[in-house]
Amino acid sequence: MAFLQDYIYYIGAFGLVFIGLFIMLTKHNLIKVIIGLSILETGVNLFLISVGYITNGTAPIFSKPGLNVREMVDPVPQALVLTAIVIGLAVLALVLALSIRLYKHFGTLDLRKIKELKW
Amino acid sequence: MRKIIGIILLCIIAWGIFMSLAKIPFGKSESKVGNYYVEEGRRETGATNIVTSVVVGYRAFDTLGEVTVLFLAAIGLGAVLATLKDKSRAVIEDASLILITGCKFLFPLILLFGAYVFIHGHLTPGGGFQGGAVVASGFLLAYLGCRGDRISKVGSAIFESLGGLTFVVIGMIGLAIGSRYFLSNFLPKSQLNTLFSAGIIPIIYIAIGFKVGSELSGIIDQMMEES
Repeated sequence: MAFLQDYIYYIGAFGLVFIGLFIMLTKHNLIKVIIGLSILETGVNLFLISVGYITNGTAPIFSKPGLNVREMVDPVPQALVLTAIVIGLAVLALVLALSIRLYKHFGTLDLRKIKELKW
Repeated sequence: MRKIIGIILLCIIAWGIFMSLAKIPFGKSESKVGNYYVEEGRRETGATNIVTSVVVGYRAFDTLGEVTVLFLAAIGLGAVLATLKDKSRAVIEDASLILITGCKFLFPLILLFGAYVFIHGHLTPGGGFQGGAVVASGFLLAYLGCRGDRISKVGSAIFESLGGLTFVVIGMIGLAIGSRYFLSNFLPKSQLNTLFSAGIIPIIYIAIGFKVGSELSGIIDQMMEES
């Protein structure tokens, strides 16, 4: 039980990653695959944030006097996740645009019916 | 059958991750780089939000690359969607009076909030990317509420180019007169926790806010045009 309490953030983050992977592996509809990709990305971002966490830490912002430097969480993973979120948004927009093209061309989003994309 | 294979595969991956993570203690970040940024970030960049000082101060060149990736995605979206043959537009019903009035009331407030978020990026949580996303959500509301109104493509392109240009030109000025490296902080850092502090950081974040806001609005515009 203590293990669960200590690692609950990792468990939650990787739970999201595995849900996303499972959706991507088993679903046939392209929109559902994209939703799985998005969930997976959220899980990875949560994991990166929780790597830099310090127990009972504060946000790394000196908004008022008297904040202890030692209690602040690591700012580097947060900055990297900021990058990752923006890149993820860009990828999501591009993937949705490509799926619009696929739908206009094949008339379906079912991956089993789309030729040249057997899975 | 596929589900069983998927579950077995995921179990193998989960076991591997468990074995590698179980030995790392949670809640103790021992990163030397992070500690250095938290301790010296205020003195070296003048920003009180340390995440901002990492994103636009220490790793500003990385942020330039990130902005470029977003720009490429917007261009790629345009290229993928522009060559579609049939532009058959569905007939759009007029929105009701309540919807239009509420949307017209909320739209400037959302823009104001977005501007607040990216202007105060060096003092409070937030910054150019977040503020730009808030601005774009205002445009999304305008597209959904006041149907029929569209943003001007030229205006969005002008803001986008100006934002990117400001970023690069300020970096070049830092290369010329500052500490002789790209994007060095050549303006005075002034007093901590005031609006006009931290040198070039607020200027760059405002430029990023304009760029991200206009790019995301452009993406929304193209997506709405297709549907």
